[in-house]
Amino acid sequence: MDAPLLRFERVSKSYPAAKGTRNPAALAELDLDVARGELLTLLGPSGSGKTTTLMLLAGFEQPDTGRILLEGRDIARLPPHRRGIGVVFQSYALFPHMTVAENVAFPLEARGVPKAERAERVKRALEMVRLPQYGDRRPAQLSGGQQQRVALARAMVFEPPIVLLDEPLGALDKALREEMQLEIRALHQRLGLTMMYVTHDQSEALTLSDRIAVLSGGRLRQIASPRQVYDDPADGFVAAFVGENNRIPAELLELRDGVARLRLADGAEMSARSADALPGGPCVLMVRPERVSLVAADAPGALPATLAEALFQGDHIRLRLMLRSGAEIVAKQPPGAAVPTPGSSVGVAWAAAHARAFRDEAAAR
Amino acid sequence: MRAALWAIGVLVLLFLVLPILVVVPLSFSAGSFLTYPLPGLSLRWYAAFFASDFWLPALWNSLLVGSASAALATLFGVPAAFGLWRADFPGRRIMMAVILAPMVVPAIVVAVALLLAFGPRGLANTFGGLVAAHAMLGVPFVVVTVLAALSRFDAVLLRAAAACGAGPWRAFFRVCLPRIAPGVAAGAVFAFATSLDETVVVLFLAGPGQRTLPRQMFAGLNDEISLTVMAAATLMAALSVLLLGAVALLQRPAR
Repeated sequence: MDAPLLRFERVSKSYPAAKGTRNPAALAELDLDVARGELLTLLGPSGSGKTTTLMLLAGFEQPDTGRILLEGRDIARLPPHRRGIGVVFQSYALFPHMTVAENVAFPLEARGVPKAERAERVKRALEMVRLPQYGDRRPAQLSGGQQQRVALARAMVFEPPIVLLDEPLGALDKALREEMQLEIRALHQRLGLTMMYVTHDQSEALTLSDRIAVLSGGRLRQIASPRQVYDDPADGFVAAFVGENNRIPAELLELRDGVARLRLADGAEMSARSADALPGGPCVLMVRPERVSLVAADAPGALPATLAEALFQGDHIRLRLMLRSGAEIVAKQPPGAAVPTPGSSVGVAWAAAHARAFRDEAAAR
Repeated sequence: MRAALWAIGVLVLLFLVLPILVVVPLSFSAGSFLTYPLPGLSLRWYAAFFASDFWLPALWNSLLVGSASAALATLFGVPAAFGLWRADFPGRRIMMAVILAPMVVPAIVVAVALLLAFGPRGLANTFGGLVAAHAMLGVPFVVVTVLAALSRFDAVLLRAAAACGAGPWRAFFRVCLPRIAPGVAAGAVFAFATSLDETVVVLFLAGPGQRTLPRQMFAGLNDEISLTVMAAATLMAALSVLLLGAVALLQRPAR
């Protein structure tokens, strides 16, 4: 089997804290493999360790412990300019006093590539990002999206083994962001580029990635394909952070073969697939709003609920429902669905395969 | 109220500028005395200035010492500013205070100290000694203007340069220096201007071979009240205005 292109081995990092306090680790014992040609997204809220991971890889920070192996070589102590990694910065960080072509040529210049070859490779890189005629412009004369493409061209013109992208689309508006997501994905596939992409936007991560690494509190919570992260989250944090999820407090009665038997606060019992729930501890039942269906109040297996509100959202109708236990849940219905009037009694149901039981981290703390 | 404020402002400005402006017409006087009204206009004092082997070598000396000390101050000041900007290290504030000290320590103290330090080492009465002393006086101006330029420089660009494979030297010369060049040039001009009008240190340190314009004016006023001094003064003022203009031009906000 191929060795991974990039490997983080028990990498830890903490930043010095103010006097007398101790900072929690920004990154705790991270183990992570990236395969050649893969687009891996680091997804997490701010402070999750995703940016720290990127900084450690780019060389702008040094790990306290652990090794970072790129093509089998430990680069954890190398200065950034010796690592040969392409980086796209959140602010683009184009050199304002250089033209677009000079910006893209800079990594080649730094590597002593002869002038004639430089021009040829710059031209190819600019064609790659669909800006062939913009070589003579200054960065300030370009739109945000164009600057982002120049930054991409500059990061890959020297054919690095891996390109890092630090929330590169954060400054763009929604439509442009979605367009650029597809463009980055297309570039990645066309060139077979290995990319590590940092974002806090879960929908961006789902769109782009081959695999998503979800981080929180400096720990890796799950690393899997977008589909798996969405459908089969490893813990309650991932379930809540990626996509929308209903949380219903419950008590775990029994756990057998990965199936949990739960009792809700109103006494109703139901089963769910268990990810990490432990018997005896508080737990939550999670089910995606699009998996919740509306049935008659007296249908067998249905939970009785009161419809609090129905909001038309264009591509779907969003229902807010109150369960008898006091928990509030959200259900999504297709736009054409018949919706009862608010205040009426209904039943909600879902397939047990779509419900997950998790340890309740908030309550356990 | 507004009018009163304006009036006070104008009066203060006049107080600052008039003494200098009074000198200018005198330098064009056809007579030989420091008195108004002028007996007539002529360029005789300028002709005397440029024909004199008392004044002309002093002018060249001033320009030479100014250029050399400005170059030296820039050579030391730019890396100092860069280091102070880049790194937060213990003693940073103290180092900053030491670098800026020549701006606040009385000139006479600096001059005496330099004479005591340079004398035994054979640096007094030498061109090198004077340049070194003036460079020291110029460094704080370079550091302050370059720090101001760096505060507008986006440090992420240095990271970007490193990510492009550029080592620290290339990153500095290709990415940082072009961005802060106007600040560096302004600092050099300030250092040059500092040297140009510096008198006290020159009085202590300069030998006969290093007499600068202010030094000769000082001597000229004592020996003979010739209006050539006024021509020299006007020339110096004009030079200062030019330098100030250059700084203003350099520090104009970029496109």
